[in-house]
This record gives sequence, C-alpha cells and structure tokens, in this order.
Amino acid sequence: MSTTATTIDLEAVPARKTGARAALRKLLRDRAAAASAVTILLFVLAAACAPWLTGITGQDPYAYHVDLLDGSGVPLGFGGGVSATHWFGVEPLTGRDLFSIVVYGARTSLLIGVAATAVSVVIGVVVGITTGFVGGWYDRIASRGVDVLFGFPVLVFLIALTTIAPSWLPRPLFIVLIIGLFGWPGISRIVRAQVLVLRERSFVAASTAMGAPARHVMAAHVLPNVSATIIVVSTILVPGMIGVEAALSFLGVGVVPPTPSWGRTLGDAIGWVQTDPLYLVFPGLALFIITLAFNVFGDGLRDALDPRGGRR
Amino acid sequence: MRMLRFAGVRVLGAIVVLLLITVLTYAVFYLLPANPAQLSCGRPCTPENLRRAAEFMGTDLPWWQQLLEFLRGIVLGRDFGSGAAAVHCAAPCFGYSFQQNASVTELILSRFPVTASIAIGAAVLWLVTGVAGGVASGMRPGSVVDRGVMMVSIAGVSAPVYLVGLLAILLFGFVLRWLPTGGYIPFATDPVQWFAHLLLPWCTLAFTTAAVYARLTRGQMIETLGEDYIRTARAKGLRESRVVVRHGLRNAILPVVTVFGLDLGTLLGGTVIVERVFSMQGLGALLVTGVSVVDLQLVVGFTLFSAFLIIVSNVVIDVVNGVVDPRAKATA
Amino acid sequence: MTEIETRDVLAVNALSVAFADRDAPTAPPRTVVDGVDFHLGHGRVLALVGESGSGKSVTAMSVLGLLPANARVEGSIRLEGRELVGADAATVRAVRGGRIGTIFQEPMSAFNPVLTLGAQIAEAIVTHHPRLRRREVRARSLELLESVGIAEPLRIARSHPHELSGGQLQRSMIAMAISSDPIALIADEPTTALDVTVQAGILDLIRSLRDDRGTAVLLITHDMGVVADLADDVVVMRSGHVEERESSPALFAAPQAGYTRELLRAVPRLGETAARLRSSEPLPAELSAAAEVRAARIEYGGGWGRPAVVAVESATFAIRPGRTLGLVGESGSGKSTLGRAFAGLVPVRSGEVLVGGIDLARASRRELRELRSAIGYVFQDPASSLDPRWTVGDAIAEPLRLGSDKTPRERRARVLELLDAVRLSESHLERFPHELSGGQRQRVAIARAIALHPSLLIADEPTSALDVSVQARVLDLLADLQREFGFACLFVSHDLAVVQELAHEVAVMRAGRIVELGPTERVLSAPDSPYTRRLLAAAPVADPAQQAARRRAWRGLAAEADPAAGDGDAA
Repeated sequence: MSTTATTIDLEAVPARKTGARAALRKLLRDRAAAASAVTILLFVLAAACAPWLTGITGQDPYAYHVDLLDGSGVPLGFGGGVSATHWFGVEPLTGRDLFSIVVYGARTSLLIGVAATAVSVVIGVVVGITTGFVGGWYDRIASRGVDVLFGFPVLVFLIALTTIAPSWLPRPLFIVLIIGLFGWPGISRIVRAQVLVLRERSFVAASTAMGAPARHVMAAHVLPNVSATIIVVSTILVPGMIGVEAALSFLGVGVVPPTPSWGRTLGDAIGWVQTDPLYLVFPGLALFIITLAFNVFGDGLRDALDPRGGRR
Repeated sequence: MRMLRFAGVRVLGAIVVLLLITVLTYAVFYLLPANPAQLSCGRPCTPENLRRAAEFMGTDLPWWQQLLEFLRGIVLGRDFGSGAAAVHCAAPCFGYSFQQNASVTELILSRFPVTASIAIGAAVLWLVTGVAGGVASGMRPGSVVDRGVMMVSIAGVSAPVYLVGLLAILLFGFVLRWLPTGGYIPFATDPVQWFAHLLLPWCTLAFTTAAVYARLTRGQMIETLGEDYIRTARAKGLRESRVVVRHGLRNAILPVVTVFGLDLGTLLGGTVIVERVFSMQGLGALLVTGVSVVDLQLVVGFTLFSAFLIIVSNVVIDVVNGVVDPRAKATA
Repeated sequence: MTEIETRDVLAVNALSVAFADRDAPTAPPRTVVDGVDFHLGHGRVLALVGESGSGKSVTAMSVLGLLPANARVEGSIRLEGRELVGADAATVRAVRGGRIGTIFQEPMSAFNPVLTLGAQIAEAIVTHHPRLRRREVRARSLELLESVGIAEPLRIARSHPHELSGGQLQRSMIAMAISSDPIALIADEPTTALDVTVQAGILDLIRSLRDDRGTAVLLITHDMGVVADLADDVVVMRSGHVEERESSPALFAAPQAGYTRELLRAVPRLGETAARLRSSEPLPAELSAAAEVRAARIEYGGGWGRPAVVAVESATFAIRPGRTLGLVGESGSGKSTLGRAFAGLVPVRSGEVLVGGIDLARASRRELRELRSAIGYVFQDPASSLDPRWTVGDAIAEPLRLGSDKTPRERRARVLELLDAVRLSESHLERFPHELSGGQRQRVAIARAIALHPSLLIADEPTSALDVSVQARVLDLLADLQREFGFACLFVSHDLAVVQELAHEVAVMRAGRIVELGPTERVLSAPDSPYTRRLLAAAPVADPAQQAARRRAWRGLAAEADPAAGDGDAA
C-alpha cells in the first residue's frame, strides 16, 4: 500500500500469532493434519510392536503355509485366504502370512525412509546454507552441481548402482546410503533460496558488522530462520524416500528377500492381479496411506508455520 | 545476438557437465569394483565371456588409459579386442554387452520407440491436466473447485505409480475388459492397437505427476495473481479472463516450464516402472534386465545415455525459456 | 447543491470499508475506512494525505473496485453522477482505464515483466477502443509516449520493463493511464519510489495534465512536500477518518486540526535557518578525526574478462568526534556502499578507510575485531534489521557477547541501561521484533549499535521507512545520544531536509563521486556544484507559495542540465 510501514511510535503493537506454540495450536485445529499425525503414530507403533502384533495370531513373515494354497499357488478361501489367523490372507505361491509381511514391511519402509531422509537433510542443509551464505565461486560451482543432480534420472542411477553393491555392506544400509546421497539436491535448493533472501536482511549484515565470524552468523541467525522450512521439507521428504525404496524393491533391485518390503510384495503381485487382487491391495494401501499421511501432515505443517501458504 | 550468446553459454556449460559426468560414472562403475570384467560378463558368466570381457576391456591397462579409451569410444567409436575376434562399436559407443553380443547404443536405439511413446504421451497428458487443474483451483483458492482439485492431487502425489498401474489393470483390464493389460504394438503395425495399449500407461504415469503440477501451478497462480501488475491490468479495465490468462497464466507458467525440464529425469524413472507394470519391452526393461544379469557394460552405457538425454533436453528447455522470458537472458 | 454536483467529477459520501478476517470468518470485520467524504472537482488536484494505516490507499482503490474479495464497501462513490458502489462488472470495467486512469507507486512491479511496454499500452487502448486498427493503435501508443516527455518512444515501446529506469516506467505508466482521455486520474504515491530529481519531473507532468487536459487528479501521498507542490485541495486522513478538509494554501497557512498541525511540525524543512538538532559546541581544533576515508575506490564484480562496476571513486572526507557528516545522493550514487565500507562490509579496492587511525583494509584480524566494536551501524529497514527469532534483549546483547567479556549479569545491566537511553522500557526486553512498531524497532537497532560505546556510528537511511512523526522522534533521539556519548556519525540519506537537521557537514555524491563537500549551511545555501543546486531545487518543501518559486527555479536548472528536459533520468 505505501512504503511507510509503521504506526505511531510508542503505541503498543498487538502480538501477531507466530512462534512454535501458536503454530502447534493451528496445526491441531487443522483436522486433516491432526488425523495424519495420528495415522503416522499408529504406523510407527505397529512397526515398533511388530513381533508382538503378529504374535497375537502366532504368525511371522517367514513361515511357509503351502497347505493354504491350491495347485497353482493361489491361496484358498475368500479374499486371498483371509481368516482369523491370517488377517490379510496369505502370500500366493508360499503361503506366508500377509499381515506379518505388511507389519514387518512397515519397519523396513519407515526405517529406510527416515534414515535416508536424515542423510539427505544433513547434506542438503549444509550445502544449502554454505552455498547461499558464502556465495562466490564455491556457490556457482556447487549450485551448478546441485542443479545437474536435481535434474538427473535418479531412479535410473539408483538401479544401476545396485549392480556394484559391495557384499560386505548390509543391503538396507546400502539402499539408505544411495537414496540419501541422491536425495538432497531438492532440499539444498530450497534452503539456499531462503538463505539468499536472509543474507540480504539487515540483521545478518548487522551481525557481520559487529564482528561476528561467519560460523556464528550461520548458526545463530541463518539456521534458526530456515529451521521451519527444514522441518516442513523433511516431513515431505520422508514419503518420497519411502516411495523410492518401494520402487527399487518393486523392480527387484531393492531390499532382498527374505526381508519383508511393501515394494517387493507389490512387484510380486504383478503376476497375481487377476487371480488374487487382495494380495496387491493390502501392502498397496499401507504404502498409500503412510505416504498420504506424511504429505497431508507436511502440508498442514507448512500452513501452520507460514501464514502466507500455498508456496512450494 | 544476445540470444545466440545465451544459447552458446548454455551449450558450452552442458558439454563440461557431460564430460564430468562421464568421468564420474566411469570412476564409480569401473574403478570402484574389484573386478569390472567379472561384472561385465553377465550372468551366468561363462569362462568364455569372462575372458573376452577382460581382454576387450583391457583391464590390465592403467586406469587413465582405460578412461581415455572409453571417452574416445563415445566420440569416435572404438574396437573391442584385436584380430579376428575384434568387434567394432560405432560412435557414440557407450559400451558393449558381451551377454547380448551387441553394442549398448544399438540395444538402446532398438528399445527407444517404446519408451518415447510412453514418455511423450504421458508428459503431454500430465502437463495439460496438471496445469489446467492448477489454474482452475489457483484462480479461486478456497472454492469448491479448489478443494476438489487439491484433494485429488494430494491423493495423486501420494499414490505410487505401480499401485495406480496395477489397480488400473485390475479395473480396466480384468474387471471391465475395456483395454489390454500390457504389451506394446508398434505404431507402424497398427495405430489403433498402439493407442489402446498405451492409454493405461499414459494415464497411470500422468496421474501421479499431474498432481504435482496442479499443486505447483496453483501456488504460482496464487502468487502471480497477487502481483502489482495484475492490479494494473485490472485498473486498465481488462476483462477478468484476459487478466488471468494473459497476465496471470503467462507469468505463472514460466516456473512450471523450468520444473518440467527438471522432471524429465523423473519421467524416465517413471517409464521404467510403468514398463514393468505393463510388461513392455522398453528402455526400462532393458536396464532392469541388465541389472539382474549384472551386465555392467549395459548398465553403465544406459546410465550415461540417460544422463546425456536429460542434459541435452535441459539445454533445449533453457533456451526455450530464454525466448519466452525476456529476463532470463539478462542473467545468463 | 445541484451546481456542485454537476461540477464534481467524483463525489465520495460516507464511504466505509471493512475487511473480514479470512481465518476467522465469524469475527467482526475490521473497519479501515470509516465515513469518508470528499468531492473531486473538474481540473482539480485533490490530495488524500495521511501516514501509514490512515486508509488513504484503500479509499482510492475502492473507487476502482480494486479491493480484495474480503472487503466490504458501504456508502456512495459517484463518478459524473453515476453510482459505482455495487455497480455491475461491465460498468466498472468501462470506468477503469476508460473514465479513470491509474498510476501506481512502484513502477518496476506495476508493469508485466514479460510483455513490452508498447504491448501493455496498446492493450489499454484496445480495451476501450476495440474498433481501432492495429496501425492506429500503434501510432496512438507512440503519440502518448511522446506526450509524456519520452524522448525515444519507439525504443521505449519495444523495451521490457527491466530494461528501463523508474522515471521512464512511471512516465509510460502515465501514458497508459491517459490513453483513453480519462476525466480523472488516481495517482497512488506516484513518486514515492523515485529519486527527487525524477520526482520533480513526474509532478510537473501530472500538473500539465491537469492544466492542459483539465484532468481531475486524486493524489494519494504521505509527503507534505508533494502535496504543497501539486494539490489544490487536501483531505487529511488518520486511521480511517477525515481529520481535515481544506484548500491547499489555507491548510498550509493555518492548519485547523491538531493532527494536521502535528504532522506539519514533524516535517523537516529545507532552508529554515536554525538547525534544531545539531550540537553546536565548538570542538578543539587539534582533535583528530574519528573516521576518515582517503581516495577510496570500491568496485563490484569483474573478473573473467568482465569489467568491474565502479561504485565509489576517489572518495575523501573526515568526520570528527561528536560531529555528523551527512552523505547525500540519489539511488545508485554509491552512498550506501561507502557507508558499508566504513563497517568493513565491502572491501576497498584502493585508498584507505580509517577508523580511529587504523586502516580497515590493512588491519589484522584481531585489530579488525577490536575495530568493529568501535563502529555502530543502524540500517535502513527496521523490519529486517532485527532477527525475528531473537528477543529485544538478546538483540541488544549480541554486540556485548561478541565484542566484550562481560558476564551475563553485567550484560543484562548494560542492556537495561541502553533500553533506557533509547527511551524504551524494561517491559520491551522479552518482546520479539514483530511485537514492536517500526519506530521502536529502530530504537532497538540504535541501542544495539551504541552498545559498545562506538567512536563511529553509521546510520544508513535510518528513518526513510518511517512515518514523518516517527522520523522526527528518531532523529531527536540520535542527536541526543550523540550529545551524550560524543560519537562521530556518518548519516547516509537521500533526504536533504533530514540531513540539514542533523549534519554538521554534508558530502553530496553522484555516480560514485563526491561532487561537493562542506559545512551544511554553506552547501545547502550556496552550493558550488550544479548537481547540488538541482538536487536542492528538486526537493519539494511543505509550503505551496515557497514551493511554486522553487519549482520555477528547478525548471530553469533542469533545462540547463539536459536539453531534453523531463527525460533527465536515463536508464
């Protein structure tokens, strides 16, 4: 409206509703976000208590039950063999308990998703803050690299990399590392863009003018001011990472048997779509719901932390 | 003149990047593993293939000679082995599959039409529906249309491609029996069948990505419609439709084009999955087969090829962006 | 009554505007304009004056129906007798750009960045004259550009906004606004984003529209100098109400409302003799300079075959303890860059920048750290000079933590002392910046800057983002603090009147060079440099009679300096 942006000097300005507590209150009022938070918690609980949960019916994801299959390997009975002991039915061809596979699969998905996110966020934040703040040649070269990596056919690279997986490294750890190492350019770009804006703010120049070393300025002024963004982006990154692991496993190059994985089960389900559709539906729904929950929660978080909203 | 300079800088930059990627990829795949010949010979690895691979690749040479030979192959083509057993790999030579007894370039070219058919159709579909949805909801944030589009799109963002594909096969292929459940018919053989076989893959791939574009376009649209020049356009007495299209959309679309350039890589990854779901023998199937039989030459060649493809497309998109947005050239 | 109505172009009666809260639709709407009346006569300039939050812009935008969707407008707005409140979309569209042209504040953002100016002006013409042929539209666009004093209409029409200067854009905006020969213009802070010399030309242009075409102008501004220069009638607004309604000469001669008097008193005036704020105690002659710059050259960019941009060249001056040097110039003159060089924020390519006798460019790391505690810096924008996540207390304590080895208890004591010095209370200690007003934030920034008893305080446009009444109080504070603590002050500003209040000496910068340096009285009353003379003449003063004389002087100087008068703001 006009450049003069103040009221009379000593007049009290009402406190705007910002800060962590207000954000939390706003988040709780957002019903979709609250429901998502509960969903995520339930999944985490289920994953943590997997042995106990499957113990109720005395099942585990490894035992074969060939007696529950017909001659062509299709589970006997309704809905892929749904019963009181096999809540989600059994796996075609092997007869393993599908409920156990889904519950133990949640462990795989969540652990890999969160761990890979952590790797990406650490690299992305460090690169984003330093490139944005330091600038110059370091920024130009690093940012060009980030751009190239960001536009890369990452999935193709990940698939290719699985050929040279060293045998001494546990497979899930290898997956976490490669997904994490390829997943950070997005967050780095977002953080850098924010830092570039922050760097122009006078309080950063003021701190430098007071003799603060760059380390102090980055840690005391820059990092706290991008923390909200980092939280939001991390939340939205987790389902992305879960999705990549599932995609690799779906293609048969991810987590190796017998470790349960939703993605691999879905990959196996291709051949059974017609004969045993529920084999596809249970792990598929689990994957969809956890991804949706993280995305909706992330959206709610962003709206709560940034009243302007609607930005990417 | 300025445009030429801009394009020139971009092309030069791309060449440097390509060179760097080639060297890096080479280092990761051929220098890190203890025995690349072992990995290149495929599975099952016959002693005959292993001997040929080691000999052809010259694994006994110092690493920088191997690298130079590799680079020379890409630019000029190269011969593997010597004497009567030698095979020629024409430029651009990305490697030689001992398993399939063919140059990687040939293999890729033979599969390319399948993947291109999937990718181009899906990209057109997702751009059109995604941008349209985003504009419709961005024009009136909070309206019924907006809520509807946003609900569908967050579901789309969250649904894995293969899950959508498998459910689509189940519904349209097996239950309703409207469309074929998989396979690929070349356009030249039967255009109608070509289309029928591609319709589900297109929609599957487009659905999830269109959701991302709807969200992006909506955000851009809301931001752009809040700009000062939109108020100016209204103050001129323009019709709202013209304000939205000529002043709003025209500016809101620019970042979407940039993101599209960056998403080409994702598109390629998406086709890998879609090909698997719909059992189509495209590039993705080639890669997954190569990985499962540990055909390193094929895998590396494919990786480089896809990186080249993406980077070249990005240069094209950059230059297009330079034409559309007069400000882009100034920052070149 | 009927006679008035026929002569009135625009009649606003009992206008109220309220905004509903989007987040809480059930809450009562927030009223920002409450019962405003005014009449805009044919060929008159009516100024709506007020500080931020007065509702002047909202009032103007409601005439065009350009308020956001959550606004509720009540009352009556009649244009040539036709009611606009509640009118249908077609009627409103015919008025926008047809009967009323509009000029906005920020010419840089008011044009669509991806279209040429020619295309945007043509669009305005075609909208209201759909039957014109392409060729005719083009000819008309060029003719319009020429009529607003653009020297090369063809080149401008083919340019995109980012290729042009603010003055050229604002002229083009005016050309677009008058493309359909409107009966009235709304000018919303039309010169606020422009330099004074450019501003003078734009104000002249608007005046000529009134005189030659009989266009009525609704001028929205916060600047009493602009009002005195251009307005026939004035409506003073404050928090949504009309405080006073008067003809311009009468208002300036004898303001009736207390608020108007207060406002006019707060406006710093050029040329008035007694400087209220400067300390005038004589200094011992042998006292050495607190800060000094010698033949400094500062460059940006460069390298890789690209030439560097010279921001400052051969700058030389000194500031003595307890004295203020005003560094004046227009945007891009290099004044802020030079200010930043004194704080070691930009490197000096050659020459010396000395603070307390030590050269910043050659100082060792340790010396530099010590030196920095001797320098305080106050930035322009109070909204961004404080970290939004730090409390007032933490912000003021930051220099103490960095540049002293005080214990937390000592720091707190010093912070309270400083709060008191800048006239804030202990209750502000735990507040966050967003809980403060702009003036309060600037006080906190000043407290932070003087925390370590600096020998040099750099104030970079410390009041340009503040309302005049707030500005006056911040300037008072700076002067008091200087008297109390005796620091030297480098006061960077574009506003000669403000500098006159505070500075003992003035340095005038243009295009990176100091074109004039001397005692304030001498520079402002008898400038040597023609540029200083133009700058002085261009700055409007809040007195219509005096301003009319100054305007004539300015025209003479501008014509002298640049034969293509008016377009003297090349990109």
